[in-house]
Amino acid sequence: MIPELEKFKGFTVKNLPKDEPLAPGHRACQGCGEVLALRMVMKALGRNVIVCSATGCMEIITSPYPQTAWRVPWLHIAFENAAAVASGVEAARKAMARKGKIPKRHVDIMALGGDGATGDIGLQALSGAMERGHDFLYVCVDNEAYMNTGVQRSGCTPYGAMTTTSPPGTESFGQYTWKKNIPAIAAAHGIPYVATASPAYFLDLMNKVKKAALVKGPAYVHIFSPCPTGWGSAGERSVEFAKLAVDTRIFPLYEVIEGKYILSRKISKPKPVTEYFKGQRRFRHLKDDQIAYIQRRVDAEYERIARLAEVS
Amino acid sequence: MAKRVGIEVSIAVAEAVKLADVDLVAAYPITPQTHIVEHLSEDVANGKLDAEFVPVESEHSAMSCCCGSSAAGARTFTASSSQGLSLMSEILYIPSTMRLPIVMVVANRALSAPISIWNDHQDIMVQRDIGWIQTFAENGQEAFDLTLHAFRVAEDRRVSLPMIVNIDGFTLSHVIEPIEILDQEEVNRYLPPFKPRYRLDPKKPITMGPVGIPEVYTEAKVAHDQALKASKKVILKAWDEFAELFGRRYQPVETYRSEDAETLLVTMGSISETAMTAVDAMREKGQKVGLVRIRLWRPFPAQEFRKAAGKAKVLAVIDRCLPPGAPCGPVGEDLRAVFYKVPGAPKIFSFVAGLGGRDVTVETFEEIVEKAQAKARKRPRELYEVIGVREK
Ligand SMILES: Cc1ncc(C[n+]2csc(CCOP(=O)(O)OP(=O)(O)O)c2C)c(N)n1
Ligand code: SF4
Repeated sequence: MIPELEKFKGFTVKNLPKDEPLAPGHRACQGCGEVLALRMVMKALGRNVIVCSATGCMEIITSPYPQTAWRVPWLHIAFENAAAVASGVEAARKAMARKGKIPKRHVDIMALGGDGATGDIGLQALSGAMERGHDFLYVCVDNEAYMNTGVQRSGCTPYGAMTTTSPPGTESFGQYTWKKNIPAIAAAHGIPYVATASPAYFLDLMNKVKKAALVKGPAYVHIFSPCPTGWGSAGERSVEFAKLAVDTRIFPLYEVIEGKYILSRKISKPKPVTEYFKGQRRFRHLKDDQIAYIQRRVDAEYERIARLAEVS
Repeated sequence: MAKRVGIEVSIAVAEAVKLADVDLVAAYPITPQTHIVEHLSEDVANGKLDAEFVPVESEHSAMSCCCGSSAAGARTFTASSSQGLSLMSEILYIPSTMRLPIVMVVANRALSAPISIWNDHQDIMVQRDIGWIQTFAENGQEAFDLTLHAFRVAEDRRVSLPMIVNIDGFTLSHVIEPIEILDQEEVNRYLPPFKPRYRLDPKKPITMGPVGIPEVYTEAKVAHDQALKASKKVILKAWDEFAELFGRRYQPVETYRSEDAETLLVTMGSISETAMTAVDAMREKGQKVGLVRIRLWRPFPAQEFRKAAGKAKVLAVIDRCLPPGAPCGPVGEDLRAVFYKVPGAPKIFSFVAGLGGRDVTVETFEEIVEKAQAKARKRPRELYEVIGVREK
């Protein structure tokens, strides 16, 4: 067991931090699951943190100069390099503290990116940073497409989903690849802590983020983040969809602590995927056989993780 | 006390970086830059330099890592060349407008295709407008001195801009020269510690790199341009002080036998030494030829250049870069702009030479001067000419 985690008691509804390091008044769409998740992330982290953001929705909506929603030091450089920028911040602080140029005080370093910034264009920088073992946490807010540029498909867009670059048509049923498994890629780097989280299970999310910050070395948290604008879903149902994604086994919640898989929520009586698809325009064109195929793969993927949790 | 030693120029550059006591070096290998960072990583490994050496997975991440480091308030260095510099390209514009004083040494090398590891200036010319301060070194001593000068200028609070020192790949980076290496005390007298105006710190949170809406974007870019232009004063002052302390005097442009010259060669980088030999040879034949060498490339020292060019009638500008489809090479272009509508301005002819490691010899310069003088008598159709293209 990781010593830093042993001491960690965890947040409960009774001791939730009141402070909001991410200020209200940002420009996210109503019902945005990403900004909801980000608010929880920042609540869990507190203010002793430096945030390096990738280009994307969360960067754009929090920082139109001369305004800023950030009450902590925050830096944006480009789309694909949040992990590399965070590497620089972390390594520089290490050197400066050693040389007496800054106080020897621990500060959490967080890199933040969307699914595109993380799993597509930024995967190399993320991989490099994890491999080098920088003490930082990477948070991916996954809304399953490039939303900031107008809903194009990403490697994390789920099979069958409609986006502006994976449109269904006479020759197409939408996205034809299975969702890229970034948490598994992160875990394959052998880093101490990997987790998936959902804003619908907010205590679980906050505890995972806090644990990710506590462990020494790289940690990765992948947060499922509904996007009403991109999904064609009702803003007030975002949390519901986030919950459904977990309860249908589409997005299993788990941790990988030093290689050991731990299921955070056992879904023994899963709801059918159709319940999750209903009310999301991006899935409405799907035919029964496609839905059946998705159901089979969803179950198989869940079983795979459940087995990993049993054997590890 | 400074020591004069026979040393490879790359290693002398690394020595300068070590003497600057950098906090972070992020780098990715590419020839001919590698010797610089290899040597630095050795120094870190042996405890001779107390810094973080971050062996990143690409140049794109090297520059990104440097941005994070500099924003955190650390003295930051990297080096690159050619394809590596191009891979950084997207990021290079960012620290300059964000005013992060990263120092980079570029061992200049040709760009693909065809792939070539040899020297020319194409890699840096496509990065001409990234908004960094840029100097070009002629020899090893200069490479060493300009590297220290770069930290001093870049980190000056009035400047706060990133800076590139260009050294010609192989022809300069890999030669062994007698170089005077300053000692730590001397460097300390010249280079104050880096005290950033802003740094990422939870005790004093700031937002860096926000979205620039149309109402502010132009102003941010103008502020950057003004800062780059205003940096010249600090650049000159830092050279003056260097001269006072160590006796070597540097200027934005340098002249050689130019006072009464009618035709002037214009060069940048290490070919300037060959150019001087060529000038001597042509002078012996009674030709009124001289040389102007550009050391400070950005901000461009227009005034100094006009003065240095004196009363010359013809400028033969050597570009080590062929920008396909452009009216002429980048240095030639800049000089045409510098002299535009200046009464009595010299005729400017642009020559492209020394691409991808092609030798630029004394004879090349003689040919260039001859051609420039012939062009001056006629009205040439082409704005530039590539020298020494093999027909077969
Ligand atoms: C090199 C580069 N390519 C493309 C873009 C354009 N771009 C900016 S944000 C973005 C999509 C972001 O998607 P994601 O990371 O999933 O985050 P989201 O906006 O969905 O939260 C793209 C394609 C860019 N800024 N830089
Ligand atoms: S487009 Fe989607 S992710 Fe972006 S701010 Fe709107 S709801 Fe949030």
